[in-house]
Amino acid sequence: MSEDSKKNKSANTTNSPSSISSPPPKPAATNNQSTTISSSTSVTKASPSPPPPKPAATTAVAKKEPDPPIFEKGLVGQISSRFGDKVKVIYIRPLRIKIYVDPINIVEVAAFLRDSMAFDHAESVAGTDYPKDNQIEVSYHLGSYSKADLGAHILLLATRTNRDDARLPTLINVYKSVEYHERETFEMLGVYFEGHPRNERFLLPEDWADIPPLRKEFRIKGR
Amino acid sequence: MIRELVNPTNFNVMVSKLSDVLVKALDKPLGFAINWGRVWSLWPVHLETACCSVEFGAASGPRYDVERFGIIEAFGSLRQCDLIVVQGTVTRKMAPRLRMVYDQMPEPKYVIAMGACAITGGLYIDSYNVLPGVDGIIPVDVYVPGCPPRPETLIQGTMLLQEKIKRSKIK
Amino acid sequence: MANIQDNIDQSDKLGMEIVKESPDDRLMTLSVGPQHPGSGHFRFTIKLDGDYIVYCDPDPGYVHRGEEKMCEYRNFIQNIPHLERPVIHDSNNITYSYSLAVEELVGIQVPRRGQFIRAIASELNRQVYTLYWLAIYGIFLGHSTMFMWPTGDRELFIDLLDALTGARVTHAFNIPGGVRNDVPNGFKDRCLRQIAYFEKRLNEYEDIFYNNPLLRQRTEGVGILTKEDAINLGVTGSVLRASGVPFDVRKAEPYDVYNEIDFKVQYMKTCDSFARAYVPLLDMRESCNIMRQLLDKMPNSGEVRAKLQPNPKGLPGEAYRRVESGRGALGYYIVSDGTPKPYRVKISVGSFRNILALPHLLIGAKLADMPSIYWALNYWPVEADR
Repeated sequence: MSEDSKKNKSANTTNSPSSISSPPPKPAATNNQSTTISSSTSVTKASPSPPPPKPAATTAVAKKEPDPPIFEKGLVGQISSRFGDKVKVIYIRPLRIKIYVDPINIVEVAAFLRDSMAFDHAESVAGTDYPKDNQIEVSYHLGSYSKADLGAHILLLATRTNRDDARLPTLINVYKSVEYHERETFEMLGVYFEGHPRNERFLLPEDWADIPPLRKEFRIKGR
Repeated sequence: MIRELVNPTNFNVMVSKLSDVLVKALDKPLGFAINWGRVWSLWPVHLETACCSVEFGAASGPRYDVERFGIIEAFGSLRQCDLIVVQGTVTRKMAPRLRMVYDQMPEPKYVIAMGACAITGGLYIDSYNVLPGVDGIIPVDVYVPGCPPRPETLIQGTMLLQEKIKRSKIK
Repeated sequence: MANIQDNIDQSDKLGMEIVKESPDDRLMTLSVGPQHPGSGHFRFTIKLDGDYIVYCDPDPGYVHRGEEKMCEYRNFIQNIPHLERPVIHDSNNITYSYSLAVEELVGIQVPRRGQFIRAIASELNRQVYTLYWLAIYGIFLGHSTMFMWPTGDRELFIDLLDALTGARVTHAFNIPGGVRNDVPNGFKDRCLRQIAYFEKRLNEYEDIFYNNPLLRQRTEGVGILTKEDAINLGVTGSVLRASGVPFDVRKAEPYDVYNEIDFKVQYMKTCDSFARAYVPLLDMRESCNIMRQLLDKMPNSGEVRAKLQPNPKGLPGEAYRRVESGRGALGYYIVSDGTPKPYRVKISVGSFRNILALPHLLIGAKLADMPSIYWALNYWPVEADR
């Protein structure tokens, strides 16, 4: 049983080639018991089949591991030192940071990000409907063109609003690139951006008389 | 006898009989000539509805040269075109414009529905903004299946249309 | 000073009527609509003061098919066919970005040979897309030879992709986990021959099109987009690189095997419409260089696809991945909640970002410059509407 547990432990390591190459020494260690030899062969036969779940298992472990990379931690430290607890960090991953801000503070935080941290444009704006929390989350994906070491990073600036009366301040005066994205979020999810010059329908037909399509209660044909 | 022939009633009868003979003699060859002219110069309207327009553009290229069938892609206005190729998905926003374009074309006009989306809605049948097929708004002559149809399939579709035109009667 | 009011009183006495010209009478509203040889399936309204454009309002949505909503009703693998239709002529890149995001969510490691084949297919598709763009640009400007030559050369690349994937334009080749099948025999030699032929052709394009004095007159100095404006408006792709910002996602954030490839980001500093037309040519040359290196370094054998469970479940979380497509940075933001179907898929396409530059550039330009400005912005309506 100890040999079996040893074999299982070796088979559980991340590099599967090494576990497949390890079987030859084991029959030599257990040469006085034929049952263990047969069990060892059954284990070697069984070892190729586990690989599919294993990469998922190891990366799931890696995701729960809280060891954020240093550069991103430095960026978040800069933001936190300026704003304190107005900004809540949701996750820090290599090249992706997500922070959550209340709607009241979002214009201030965005202006700080643009002026002091060189995140100079918004790649896109995504609105997600969470009917369970009764909220809609709008996240701005900010990137940087001017600073070379920030080119790969995307900062997701998220904010939430109530689903029944969805109003958010617009970031158009800070980032000009969000103009059409916010307009699309308005028509697809029903979020009104205060201060945006045109909260109108953009992609949908002129005679659209239904609820905003990306809300979860809008079911497409027959589903 | 000539006075008898030139008599008004007799003259009318003679003219009508002569016209009957002329129509019967010329109907087939004249019809053939007119149809031949129509078949070899089908000009399509430049209305790209969705992604099949890429294959239509490739069909106009040098390899699948569709211009040898008379279908030229670059021209002036839609008032002098007689073919409309509905290339791909027709959305609810595009549908009234498609109908307007179809109404503005002079007779005789033909419609080719190209791609699965134009025939039945295709891959997007359960989307909220897509019409399930274009034959609800305009009458279609030839359906060309595919997603997107290869240029050879499109050329076969136009050849089918040509057969259809050749069989039609001139009024 | 002759008062206008005196004139009016006098003419009233005489019984005449003065018709005052209001400022709005000078402007003509033109709707460059969905049926137009110069605009494709997209409409924009412009107001003209004589020959100058003073107002421009884009009106997209004629091909809005609800891709993002449809993604929520299909599982991760079933999403591939309908997601590659927005950019049908560059379909490998839009599914590449989706596959990268899903692999991050589900936790799959793609084998090395599969990564190389994905990158080769992506580069081939970049050539195919740029040639299509160049063909339509030629015909917008009335240069019909420049429509025929790129369309013909594009067919040779499509033959290669046909041999690789089985379809001309809608490949459905990239799936989360790798690619569907391995390359056929003799593919590497065919590719190398095609690249050698194509590089000679690019020189011919330069002679006939880019050194053409008419094209130069029509596009040089037209539609200037300064570097600060380009960054503020958030444009991407060749529009950005023609304004002096050397940003390419393959270099800034290398994905898959691009960190082993040595290439330079091509950019120009003149910021006008000619630069936006010339940068794709430089990109195509660089892409030939990249393809040679990829074919060289590709491992000779190995798996091309990671084995997946029948209905892969995404771990609850989010992923944002992007890829440099022929048009610019193409990003996916996928939120998953532990079921086999994604909770929210947001596609960030280059066309939708570039369209913000259209009113900015058209206002103040002459009407005759409109085709060269509009198509040089690399706008494809089907992609922007998703």
